[in-house]
Amino acid sequence: MLGTGIIKGLVETARNFLGSYTRQERLVTVQYPEERLPQKENARTFPFLVYDGEDPIKGLRCVACQICEKECPPQCIYIVKDAVKKPDYAGKMQFQPKVFDLDISVCMSCQICVEVCPFDAIKMDTDFELSNTDRFAGFLLHKEQLAKSNAYYSEIHPTEAAEVDARLAAEKTRAEAKAQANAEAKARVASDVKAKPAAAAAPKAEAQTVPAAQA
Amino acid sequence: MTNALDQLFVILKDWVVGWFPAGWQPFVGALLDAMAIVAVFATLFALTTWLERKGLGRMQNRYGPNRVGPFGLLQPLADGIKALTKEDLVPRAADPVVHFLAPLVLVVPVLLAYSVLPFGRNMVPLPGCDAGVLLFFAAGSATELAIFMAGWSSRNKYSLLGALRAIGQMLSYEVPLILSAVTVIMIVGSLSTEKIVAAQGVYHGWLPGWHVFTPWGFAGFLLFLVAATAESNRSPFDLPEAESELIAGYYVEYSGFKFALFFLGEYLGLFAVSGLAITLFLGGWQAPLSFLTWVPSWFWFFAKLLPFIALFIWLRGTLPRLRLDQLMNFAWKFMLPMALVNLVAAALWHWLGAGLARWLVSAALLAAAYLALGRAVSGAAKMPQRHYQLAD
Repeated sequence: MLGTGIIKGLVETARNFLGSYTRQERLVTVQYPEERLPQKENARTFPFLVYDGEDPIKGLRCVACQICEKECPPQCIYIVKDAVKKPDYAGKMQFQPKVFDLDISVCMSCQICVEVCPFDAIKMDTDFELSNTDRFAGFLLHKEQLAKSNAYYSEIHPTEAAEVDARLAAEKTRAEAKAQANAEAKARVASDVKAKPAAAAAPKAEAQTVPAAQA
Repeated sequence: MTNALDQLFVILKDWVVGWFPAGWQPFVGALLDAMAIVAVFATLFALTTWLERKGLGRMQNRYGPNRVGPFGLLQPLADGIKALTKEDLVPRAADPVVHFLAPLVLVVPVLLAYSVLPFGRNMVPLPGCDAGVLLFFAAGSATELAIFMAGWSSRNKYSLLGALRAIGQMLSYEVPLILSAVTVIMIVGSLSTEKIVAAQGVYHGWLPGWHVFTPWGFAGFLLFLVAATAESNRSPFDLPEAESELIAGYYVEYSGFKFALFFLGEYLGLFAVSGLAITLFLGGWQAPLSFLTWVPSWFWFFAKLLPFIALFIWLRGTLPRLRLDQLMNFAWKFMLPMALVNLVAAALWHWLGAGLARWLVSAALLAAAYLALGRAVSGAAKMPQRHYQLAD
């Protein structure tokens, strides 16, 4: 009969209308600024620089090798290398970026910089609330803004960060063992040939390179 | 006391008018009426936009507006400020005079239609108008002109298509709209809205003698409701402004407050036609039960108007838009014959005299017509089997 479908439809919408007041699970809206869903672990927005220790600038893992700058497809990274080495958070002497700028209005979030970095120094952030009133200077991030702690990295990408931390720790122990072996060998050589200073110079130079490799 | 409350606005108006010299009094009275109508129904329009967005949201399991003010109640105010501060664009190719006039031509006749609606006892803005219903329909028809002006002057194909659809739809549905109202005029024997309301002021026991409680009145009411929905371009008859097909139809080239005026005109038209439905079929300002007559009459008018608004929102949240051929089929193959049968039913009701016979005869006639016409219009069209030369 004509009109029965309309009645059925009206009953359905009435059920929805009343149900939305009585049953909370019907209202799936997340009222964003006040409520928010937990961020997905493999979400990514723009890169940031990881630092260890307390001081964001001293503790940067970045050694200004400029691989990311060269690999970046839209060329949004600009690095100026420091002329001299400076002590890092552990007191070791290292090269550091004098300038590390990243223009997030150019960046296309491709993650290539993260993949090419040999030092696990640049990682993808998940922060998406980046609106700004200055569309030029506001989106050109300097190293002070880019530097974020390893703890933050572990918080936003727990699985990935755990894997990176384990690898870095393994590398460190391997480097320490190697340094110790070198030192022992050096001591043995030194005790064997005390009279020959030229022969002792070579292992000494080798030992000096170890801290750089550890980083 | 009860009487004073009932006549509160009439007394208030007479008191204000009394301050002016006798020669001015009719003009001041008319001005006061117009101001009251604009203030009350514009407020109701603002409230309805909020109710509609809230109601539709809840039907779709959303919250609806809830940011501006408590429960989003100040949302209409924010919308109004937005509409006022938007740039008023006129397309270079448009006819600027007609483009400017169209929203005014829409709103003014709609407001004119309010002049014959009885909002309460002794509360007709144009008292003693013998052709009230006729004036209402005449003013209501002028909106078609405004819509075509808007669609034509914009020089935009979407506008023009929307306007053409609007003209086709409104002309088609105006026929059943007026024919379903004619039944009431036949029975009451007057075009005056005041007399139509007075005729429904009788009570059978404590039940009201409204026209909707008769077979022809019930059928007429439903026909009037469907035709009124189509006349006011409400969903499911919103083809002229079909969002998904024509962007906004005839007012696609309007921005700023002219756009808001189209909205205002549309909603004011909806309230006016609901008010006429109340006047014709639901007893106007009469109380629904005989022991409730102490409640002020103007309260009953608005108490009847709000369910109408709720019903239109409910329908909009439920029904998908009709196709153009379905729309026309429904108007000419169902609505028009049904309205004509309803005229016959009303005539039989009058000539058979009081008794059970007239109930049975007119109800049976209308039910038979409904079933037969309904089957004819809703049955699937006999289409030959299609053969796809390339797909098979």
